[in-house]
Amino acid sequence: MLLADARALCPELAAVPADPAGDLAALEKLALWAQRWGPWSALDPPDGLLVDVTGAAHLFGGEERLLGDVARAFAARGFTVRPALAPTAGAAWALSHYGRGAAILAPQDDPLRLLADLPVAALRLDDDVLTVLRRLGIKRLGELAGVSGAGDDPVQEAAARDALRRRFRNRHSPAANPLLRLDQLLGRVPEPLLPVIARAMPLVQRRLMEPLRHRALLDTVLADLAAAMVRELEARGEGARRLELALWRVDGEVLQRRIELAAATREAAHITRLFAARLDDVDAGFGIEMVQLRASWSEPLHLAQTDLDAAAEDHGTALAACIDRLTVRLGPKAVTRPVSRASHIPERAQGWQPPLAPVPASQQALAFHTRPLKLLDRPEPIAVLYASPDGIPQRFRWRGAVHEVVRVEGPERIAPEWWRERSTTRLRDYYRIEDEAGRRYWIYRLGIAGDGRGGVPDWFLQGLCA
Amino acid sequence: MPSTVFRPSPARVLARGLPEPRWRPGLVAQPFHSEIFAPADEASGAGLALALARDALTSSGEGRGEDDRQVLWVQDRAAIRQGGRPCLAGLSPELAHRLIHVAAATPEDALFALEEGLKCRDIACVIGEIAGNPRALSFTASRRLSLTAERHGVRLWLVRLDAQPDLSSARMRWQARSAPSAAPRWNPAAPGPASWQAELFRARAHAPGQWMLSDDAGTLRIRHDPDLDSAAAPDPRYLARPTVGRSLAARTHA
Repeated sequence: MLLADARALCPELAAVPADPAGDLAALEKLALWAQRWGPWSALDPPDGLLVDVTGAAHLFGGEERLLGDVARAFAARGFTVRPALAPTAGAAWALSHYGRGAAILAPQDDPLRLLADLPVAALRLDDDVLTVLRRLGIKRLGELAGVSGAGDDPVQEAAARDALRRRFRNRHSPAANPLLRLDQLLGRVPEPLLPVIARAMPLVQRRLMEPLRHRALLDTVLADLAAAMVRELEARGEGARRLELALWRVDGEVLQRRIELAAATREAAHITRLFAARLDDVDAGFGIEMVQLRASWSEPLHLAQTDLDAAAEDHGTALAACIDRLTVRLGPKAVTRPVSRASHIPERAQGWQPPLAPVPASQQALAFHTRPLKLLDRPEPIAVLYASPDGIPQRFRWRGAVHEVVRVEGPERIAPEWWRERSTTRLRDYYRIEDEAGRRYWIYRLGIAGDGRGGVPDWFLQGLCA
Repeated sequence: MPSTVFRPSPARVLARGLPEPRWRPGLVAQPFHSEIFAPADEASGAGLALALARDALTSSGEGRGEDDRQVLWVQDRAAIRQGGRPCLAGLSPELAHRLIHVAAATPEDALFALEEGLKCRDIACVIGEIAGNPRALSFTASRRLSLTAERHGVRLWLVRLDAQPDLSSARMRWQARSAPSAAPRWNPAAPGPASWQAELFRARAHAPGQWMLSDDAGTLRIRHDPDLDSAAAPDPRYLARPTVGRSLAARTHA
């Protein structure tokens, strides 16, 4: 029926917008409040509460008195309540919704006998299942379970169960399977419930021995509170999104200051700084005697290793950490340490190994062997334009530029390593040269004329001297 | 919240020392970030960088005694292709055993490696070689390097191969090229000790100038006049041994 039609029928109708979220929130609060009767409670939306009162009824003087207390407490707050008490949640729900008022199902009673008269809707089933059952002609729990009248017939009961099982064998959800709901009601299968647990708001406060009247003292107290709040939040693994500061004055006035944060934070200095800007207009009056800080909205915030980074910022990283960072980004082959190897050939006399690996023992290089500062990865051929009578280039071209050789030292002959190279490998005659501009190079001639291992020897430039 | 202790940058502490209008080797106050522009087809840039590094480490007192801290040498791929890699046998003996070489593929990686090296407290100094004027090596990047170096007190010599002197925040900028070396005494036809023509064209504490520098057995020296100096080339001391009692000439004179 539309609201307009309803108003036409009954003009004094009061219309209130539905607020399902608000109802649920209220129900949550009610569930927490209902924990006065039992250690834990669960929601049964939209309008039910389940409280576990196992072993708690004697505190109220028995089960009847407990239910009476419940009815009184709710009535005092303006709620209409239909309390019921049973060994299982399903039975309690059925009694509460379809039984008489304040019904109690004692543990020694047979639930099926006592509940046989209730409609099948007492099983918390979906509407379409109820329709199916109604079409099958099953209206009461007793008919569903196969018990009717006073006579107890196990065969008939088993046949009814079997029929139900086969009829609803594809339904796995409890709300769609009457047999499952029946078993839950009888306590044959467990029915897990989601309890409502109160999470206390992070709250720190300081009662002050002397009322505060000065801003500097208030700032100190605030910094102290912020540090305590940070510890509190850290223990819960949360960061504050909204913080409320309450200042109790001596005359009973309470001043409130509230900040909201863009991201969950847990930094005492940040919190202090934000509040300091909001405390300028506080009127302390005769003094502030209590300060309270609470985080009314907090979000999970994981611990970050700020300390480690800060230490690295202040004192620098260790060598191993530095090598690790370089290796991770550049690859393990990019970060190396040169080590000498047992070879005469210059490019083979030097190897590269991981920087922190132990350096293998090696023979010292001979001190009178002068080596260049840098070696090219691959010796580059040079074109000799003019050679002196003893065969040393006087003028050569390398990388497109002509170099005039002014000074020469050499040759230093390095024979091929016959134990690892082929017999046709030619020897090398190394020369250190300096050209007219003072550039110093290390060049070699590959082979000598008439060594029977090739034609005219080529010249190569291998190293750059400092 | 870690308490932040205010610590002045070492660069600012050092800058308060006596101002030296003219640069010379062996100054106590040495910059933390220097650039050396050098041609790529000679090793003058790396040679001068190593010589300056050793000069700075000894004169500032950091390298006194047994200094086992590592030296990081970072090259990008173009620098390796043009100038080659460091040769272990050609390095000075106090450097050869503590060199860590980083072959970075790109200038960005090289800059990352330089910065990580500057942040490390176990590194004596960082030598970088970057070829050309890559886009990554902007003024911002060089400023980043300067600030990191000054904050952590690790010195950086960045060799720029075949590069134009563009904007940079390096505290000292050199233009280097090889110079004809002094002739060795015993073989005047052979190349002598490494010599460089170095021009300091930007420095905070010093006037610009031009010097002929040479590496005299591990010490950086200024060669005043190459022509005069060539006669008095460094002479290894052990060769000039007194020949008392054995030489025929000594006997004759006696």
